[in-house]
Amino acid sequence: MFNSGSGNTVIKSKLISRRMFLLTTAKAIVVVGVLGRLISLQINESKKYKTLSDKNRFREWKLAPERGVISDYFNREMASNRQVYQIHLIPENTQNIEEIFFRLKSILNITDKKIFYLRKKIAKQKPWEPVIISDNLNWSEFSRVNLFLHELQGIEPIVSVARVYKDNSSAHILGYVSQVSAKDLKEKEYLQEMAVPGIAVGKTGLEKRLDKEIIGTVGFQRYEVNAYGKRIKQIQVDQGQSGSNFKTTLDLDLQQYTTEILEGKAASVCVMDIYNGDIVTMVSSPVYDPNKFVHGIDKATWKNLINNEKKPLTNKAISGLYPPGSTIKTIVALSALENKIVRPLKAVKCTGKIEMFGEKFHCWKKKGHGVVNMRSAIKRSCDVYFYEIARRLGVDRLSETAKKFGLGKKVLNNFSEERSGVVPNTKWKKKFIGQNWYLGETLHSGIGQGYFQSTPIQLCLMTAQIANGGFKIKPRILFDKNKNNLKDYLKFKNENPNQPLPEDLLVSNFDLEPLFKNQENIKIIKDAMYSSSNEPGGTSYSSRLEDKKFTFAGKTGSSQIKRFTEAQREAEVKQSDLEYKNRDHALFVAYAPVSDPKYAISVVVEHGGSGSKSAAPIAKKVIKKVLERHSLRQSSNQLIGESI
Amino acid sequence: MFQPRSIQSNLSFKDKLFSIDYVLVISILILGIVSMFAMYSTDGGEFKYHTESHIIRFSVFFIMFFILSFIQIRFWHSTSYIIYIIFFILLLGVKYFGLTSSGSQRWLNFYFMNLQPSELMKIGLILFLAKYYHRISLENVNRLRFLFLPVSALIAPVLLVIMQPDLGTSILIAAGGLIVAWLAGVRAKFFAYSTLMFILFLPVAISFLKPYQKARILTFLNPEKDPLGAGYQIIQSKIAIGSGGLFGKGFLNGSQSYLDYLPEKHTDFIFTLFSEEFGFFGSVFILILYGVIISRIVKIGNITRSNFGKLYCYSFATAFFIYVVVNMGMVLGLLPIVGSPLPIMSYGGSSMMAIMLGLSIAMSCRIYKDTPVN
Repeated sequence: MFNSGSGNTVIKSKLISRRMFLLTTAKAIVVVGVLGRLISLQINESKKYKTLSDKNRFREWKLAPERGVISDYFNREMASNRQVYQIHLIPENTQNIEEIFFRLKSILNITDKKIFYLRKKIAKQKPWEPVIISDNLNWSEFSRVNLFLHELQGIEPIVSVARVYKDNSSAHILGYVSQVSAKDLKEKEYLQEMAVPGIAVGKTGLEKRLDKEIIGTVGFQRYEVNAYGKRIKQIQVDQGQSGSNFKTTLDLDLQQYTTEILEGKAASVCVMDIYNGDIVTMVSSPVYDPNKFVHGIDKATWKNLINNEKKPLTNKAISGLYPPGSTIKTIVALSALENKIVRPLKAVKCTGKIEMFGEKFHCWKKKGHGVVNMRSAIKRSCDVYFYEIARRLGVDRLSETAKKFGLGKKVLNNFSEERSGVVPNTKWKKKFIGQNWYLGETLHSGIGQGYFQSTPIQLCLMTAQIANGGFKIKPRILFDKNKNNLKDYLKFKNENPNQPLPEDLLVSNFDLEPLFKNQENIKIIKDAMYSSSNEPGGTSYSSRLEDKKFTFAGKTGSSQIKRFTEAQREAEVKQSDLEYKNRDHALFVAYAPVSDPKYAISVVVEHGGSGSKSAAPIAKKVIKKVLERHSLRQSSNQLIGESI
Repeated sequence: MFQPRSIQSNLSFKDKLFSIDYVLVISILILGIVSMFAMYSTDGGEFKYHTESHIIRFSVFFIMFFILSFIQIRFWHSTSYIIYIIFFILLLGVKYFGLTSSGSQRWLNFYFMNLQPSELMKIGLILFLAKYYHRISLENVNRLRFLFLPVSALIAPVLLVIMQPDLGTSILIAAGGLIVAWLAGVRAKFFAYSTLMFILFLPVAISFLKPYQKARILTFLNPEKDPLGAGYQIIQSKIAIGSGGLFGKGFLNGSQSYLDYLPEKHTDFIFTLFSEEFGFFGSVFILILYGVIISRIVKIGNITRSNFGKLYCYSFATAFFIYVVVNMGMVLGLLPIVGSPLPIMSYGGSSMMAIMLGLSIAMSCRIYKDTPVN
């Protein structure tokens, strides 16, 4: 009994030990598993987890950089930065966000709409990311917030910088900055790393084109944070780098002066140095206040801008498209001379109209100009003469010359809003309109109507390249120290009048690209332009400047919006009798001074009627002012070591 | 054959003192000291509430362990059922008088401490079954009528704990009971059948789970799916352990825990904190300490002569092993987060008390290894 019991106990004990052995084996396997996991986490993947741990531990707050300054030729700031007072809200630091909103409403002028918007924004982002309650407070508001700060947990008063524009005169060139939009983020890669609350991005003009360089580098503050996002201590600060500064070729005084002259008109003025292509002034009127966009434009102002029939937001100088009208006659004449279609003295009789291809072509002067040659045709802007010339020349040869002188393609590469215009020819029409060219259309092209479309800056470039003797220039609006060889060459030519250099030498030594076949032709055109402005009977004679220092040579033009009906023609309806939007655009191009040309100008007044009545007087004032400031500009050049 | 002498009376106090397993005692002491430092670190390197109360608890229960070790094994054997019943009554008490905290009712409020009877039940069930199987002869072990009592004794407390709800502890209680049954010779097929039954009833059981418990299990399967929600704990724990590397970030330098990324760092995730600060070598050191403790208990099972002692020591050692492995598996992202403390290391009085009680019974087996229990 006892034995069996004892035996039983022993057997049982053996069974227990056997089963324990199995368990121990199982345990060993499990321990290997745990050890393996430790090795994998702490040795093999340690690096990955260290990174993750640091990612947990550190959080960066980005700091918006200061935008670079844009200045004029004389280093006067046109677009700069100013201190702004802002208040930010960090949602996670607030105890009761509703209460904060309530308090803020009583302290500042915050609308319910704005609060609704803020709530939506807060819901979308992380609780430690600040939202900007107000980005531009005045001093009294800001100090009021600071006074009540102890009751406003989670509110942070911030002194930041924002874009400020000195005046409105250069609004179209500079453009404006505003809050980053979803579209900006998609289009501009560099912005993706710059997701800083309150950063502004260039939307138009130079601000847009230079954005990448002018925006600067984002700085950051790196903090150690706990799991709830509370900042424990600051680890590192990087103030970032403000953007590059840019200097333009513009003259702020001229910008302001021209803006004043153009006030109330839908117009634009471009003035260009005919040797180095520096754009001295470029104004599009009416101007708008770019500062309004910086902190978000209000709906009413925006609507006003959009609905204004004078289109203040468009930079008319580079994106306004106008038929060049009679201003193209210089190019038509030049093209005819270059292609040896006519001799300058060839006479054409103008009776006020001609009939060709079963269509009536009218001269602007109903009674006709009588017998005219090239010089007097340009001087008095006779349409019939140019119908005849154009007919002989043909549109394809005309378009070739027009393109050579800068029409039909973009002049500056600084603006995304610039347009290229149209210089029509037979191929162009086939391609874009899908029809054959009609001979009648050649005649319309000959007086700059029909399909012709050009921007004021193109007309200015065209004139400049005639004025400098027919050499190609590259217009520029950003200051560039590199001098232009054109002036050097002309100086050389003056000193050695008897040593005409062969063209290939010109190209190799002076890097010049002549646009002419025979420079004499250019002189003929320039002389005709002189007569147009300075001899009785010239279309812009009444706007002439008699002082030799300022005398200019120009060409008027007007581009038709609506063709006159026969009835209107018979009734001799005046432009001023027409409805504003049906009036012709008034154009004027010129260079000055005649004795030693320095600048070219183009003036376009939308619905201004005729070039001689409304565009030329503007040019007269601007030219005078430009030339008065010429020596100042020169001396400024020498100061910075340039030798043009 | 061999007539066992009643030697208990022959053991002097000196004998008893010498027969204590000092390797085991020292290992426990070292682990206790390590846990104090870990607790000090969770308090952010300051001597604060958790550290202080952990030290007090460890000291009190360690002394209790030492004193209880001298109680005769016979006493434990004869009172096993009574101990089980007392613990069971306490568990019932929780159901009616228990304190509720963060959604579950687990604690009984005594004047000096909040007691968690489910922790004690881990030991109670092992004691109960060890005694039961000690008496059952081998032929009877696999008879169905002899399975009835142990199965009821296992299921009753497990159900009570599940309803608290406390999934982790109930699993650990059940694991302890199953191990005793396995060691006592219950056939593998019974385990297979019950596993099958368990799987069949799993959908029903899941429908009884609280949403947060369901979420935890789903989260374990794919923690990255919801990194800020339920998967947060696993991810942060893995980051902490992984970023510790070979040598760790250094004492008091665990950024994950210092900056509050670690959840429950005093209790379930204490190993994570230690591992972050002391790296792979620290983790292995802890593993070795536990290895020594467990193997010493197994060794006591080897040398003790009574089957009660063997069953108890083996089962307790294995259960202890499971507690450690489940906790580590959890913080290492190998198992779902079910809430189970790491023996001795984790903050928590009841757990400490239960483990120390279990250890003192094992030590008693060692001191009275040659004493028959009946």
